[in-house]
Amino acid sequence: MHKVIGKALRKVDAVAKVTGATRFADDLAFPRMLFCKLLRSTQPHARIVSIDTGAAAALDGVQAVLTGRDLPIPFGILPVSQDEHALCVDKVRFIGDPVAAVAATTEETATAALDLIKVAYEPLKSFASAEDAVANPEPRIHDYGDSGNLHKLIDLEFGDADAGIAKGDFVREDLFFFEGNTHLPMEQHAAVATWSPDGKVTLWTSTQTPHYVHRALAKVLELPPARIRVIATPNGGGFGGKSDPFNHEIAVAKLAMITGRPVKITLTREEVFYCHRGRHPTLMSVRTGVTKDGAITGMHFRSLLDGGAYGSYGVASTYYTGALQTVTYHVPRYHFQGARAFTNKAPCGPKRGHGTPQPRFALEVHLDKIAEELRIDPAELRLKTLVPANSLTANYLRIGSMGLGTCIEKVVDGSGWKTKFRKLPQGRGVGLACSSYISGAGLPIYWNNMPHSGVQLKCDRGGGVTVFCGSTEIGQGSDSILAYIVAEVLGVDPFDIAVVTGDTDLTPVDLGSYSSRVTLMTGNAALQAAERARQILAVHAARKLEVPVERLAFADGRVCDAKDRKQGMSFAEAVQLAEAAEGTIGTTGSYTPPKSAGRYRGAGVGPSPAYSYSACVAEVDVDPETGIVRVPTIWIAHDVGRSINSASVIGQVEGSIYMGLGEALMEEMAYRGNRNVVHKIPSLLEYKSPTTLEMCDVVTYLVEDPDPNGPFGAKEVGQGPLLPVMPAVANAVYDAVGVRVDEVPITPEKVLKALRRKEKGEPARYGPDSFPDIPWPEPTRVPTPWEGGDGKSVERVHA
Amino acid sequence: MSNESKVKIALRVNDEPTEVAFAPHKTLLEVLREDLNLTGTKHGCELGECGTCTVLLDETPVLSCLVLGLACAGKRVRTVEGMAQGGKLHPLQETFADLGAAQCGYCTPAFLLAAEALLMSNPKPTRDEIKDALAGNLCRCTGYLKIYEAIELAAQRIQHA
Repeated sequence: MHKVIGKALRKVDAVAKVTGATRFADDLAFPRMLFCKLLRSTQPHARIVSIDTGAAAALDGVQAVLTGRDLPIPFGILPVSQDEHALCVDKVRFIGDPVAAVAATTEETATAALDLIKVAYEPLKSFASAEDAVANPEPRIHDYGDSGNLHKLIDLEFGDADAGIAKGDFVREDLFFFEGNTHLPMEQHAAVATWSPDGKVTLWTSTQTPHYVHRALAKVLELPPARIRVIATPNGGGFGGKSDPFNHEIAVAKLAMITGRPVKITLTREEVFYCHRGRHPTLMSVRTGVTKDGAITGMHFRSLLDGGAYGSYGVASTYYTGALQTVTYHVPRYHFQGARAFTNKAPCGPKRGHGTPQPRFALEVHLDKIAEELRIDPAELRLKTLVPANSLTANYLRIGSMGLGTCIEKVVDGSGWKTKFRKLPQGRGVGLACSSYISGAGLPIYWNNMPHSGVQLKCDRGGGVTVFCGSTEIGQGSDSILAYIVAEVLGVDPFDIAVVTGDTDLTPVDLGSYSSRVTLMTGNAALQAAERARQILAVHAARKLEVPVERLAFADGRVCDAKDRKQGMSFAEAVQLAEAAEGTIGTTGSYTPPKSAGRYRGAGVGPSPAYSYSACVAEVDVDPETGIVRVPTIWIAHDVGRSINSASVIGQVEGSIYMGLGEALMEEMAYRGNRNVVHKIPSLLEYKSPTTLEMCDVVTYLVEDPDPNGPFGAKEVGQGPLLPVMPAVANAVYDAVGVRVDEVPITPEKVLKALRRKEKGEPARYGPDSFPDIPWPEPTRVPTPWEGGDGKSVERVHA
Repeated sequence: MSNESKVKIALRVNDEPTEVAFAPHKTLLEVLREDLNLTGTKHGCELGECGTCTVLLDETPVLSCLVLGLACAGKRVRTVEGMAQGGKLHPLQETFADLGAAQCGYCTPAFLLAAEALLMSNPKPTRDEIKDALAGNLCRCTGYLKIYEAIELAAQRIQHA
């Protein structure tokens, strides 16, 4: 019935991408352009005693040198974590923290100038891990935060979890560790700024969030937002790594203002590792009570996140390690405690899945162990405990459509699960895991009542349509989504639609490409704008054709009588009629997510208009001699609501499986600890990621049960399918060789250590064995919906 | 350094005779992007680790970040800009676009050229031969699978053309 929606069409920018015509930030060049380089800290934690830039400034070709004193106003993505400076002011907090910026006529001169800057540091004790930071409240890395070097402490209890756990026939507690890893976009971050003497800054930058960069620039540069234009260039991969406003973006803007010339910076690959904002290393404990039949009676989940040197999205990341445990399986009572520590490492933030892959790994391996103890097939256990569609969870997340059961059935059938699980020869195994993810965060980064996404639409009398939206194309196809949806509603060819995105001068605000929000939110805004345009055109076309408005069809570039398709006109003629009658034809559309049901402090993280669901079976080969794990095939079923473009959806699923496979087997941000916290691997050679030789075959099943909140029923697909990969691989390793590796990545060393322990008759496991004491605050107690709760917390009565 | 005097070489870039002057320390990658404005060739590390800067030098895939510009005098260089002819896409470009083998598109020029070199030497590669030929090129978006499919489809179309 649909002409465009669901079809495997080309993306609107596909030809530009295959011809090399797409202009990424580093492809831009301007006359008289200067090149910026940043001097980065060589100390993990130190006070800056002095910076001498005299010799650098005097070098021929150097046009300007900046230090922290030139940009004293702090910024940060979250209003509660304004803890970054474009250049460090008083102290440095990790090796790679920028302390000075140079603009020079060539990149070589700028680099030479960095060598002439003398920085005197007074070293401070540094911290290499979250446990280290918990044990040492002093010296503090930041002068804010909940306790010592603990940035954030969260304690939320929905019903009496301990009593719930005690009601189970069986209680199990497990500990897990998820090592940090990074996005590794192939494009290094780059930015170019220009200043015009009329007082206007323009910044082209590889960002996923131009609106937030716009706000940060206005704050730090002390310019009115109307004098700042941020243009998000197509991102050469984002994955969350280009979602923060960055110091280098502010530095080039300031340098352009000072020199009056265009200034460009392109980070080296090493510097991209320092930008990081990747997966938080996370230690987790999960304790669950279950009945004999596998029903969960209560759960207590604790997480300790290593945040690195700055806040970034970390407060949200911490909440996310506790928020989504309840949206897959029914958890009647739930207690979550989360802590985020500051350490002297590159700052962590949002990577694909943002804070949820770590707890999902823990939960899904934990359930595998529970299923084994209960002697229930792990697929059956999950099917018994599914959260129902159209329900409210213990923590007040509103579930709409819910296709997880179908997803499980698809991968169980497709993989031959029943003939393989616990039946394959030694060394080969299968593992199953499930997951869910938000289709956009229910709340914006900064509190406001405005739409999360806006679209403007212009109909041209030649029959073309232009869609303007602040969304950012990072390779996921967001520009194409706008074109497809508008094309479907107006009955035109999607390739007759021009899409203008990610430009704060030209496009209405969209919050950015993060939290898997773009298809649902920009899609709904585009749908509204297109339906409004259709209404305007329909009135005039109907009058001309002398048929009721409701009888009109918009299809194949024509507006016609649905009952007699010959009676009609071209889309262009319909626009001309309307324009003659009403003047210029333009409409707008907006999208604001529904209000969330939770009203307790912390309820802002987790709500979403719709949740996607995934189920995954991984098959592995484990070599007991080397510990090497190979993954020949992964079966994945994903409940996407409805595909807007089936090829793009499968592309996102396969890309997610790939990235999850890397996290499962090899990717890790590792540091040399002790007093000098040195990044071990700031290069692509040492940061192992899957090549064609490691990538598995993927069998994808799309489950399409349209969600009423999604445009045409669509839910997210960019992040959710990554989540079950790591636990499915871990569960498969156990099936293959009978050892539990409760830590990712599952490297050969860890597998071998676990196998050795098994041989010696010790517990056949590799993983953490303790969780440190954390000064948890008093819990925020929220009665569950089934206890008559209204979403608010219960005030504690103090004696 | 910037005051270094430039050297001039003659070579063929995308089948066109080309003369270019540049500082002698510059890599082929830098010469292409900065001196010839051929920005379709990308870079991911400039250390020879990611394959993103792959171009063809005398029909052989090379990492242009590891080749000195000076070493290209008299040679043939092919970049992504040279693939479409007369406004018509190369069969590999068609299939990459049709199947979604380009997501962010940043590594795409390199994969296209590596694939073109493969099909020139092996017109009907097996899946494993494709994987081997592309093992030096990283892609973070696609998981490589759509790239394999696009190469297989292009190989078929070229065979039947």
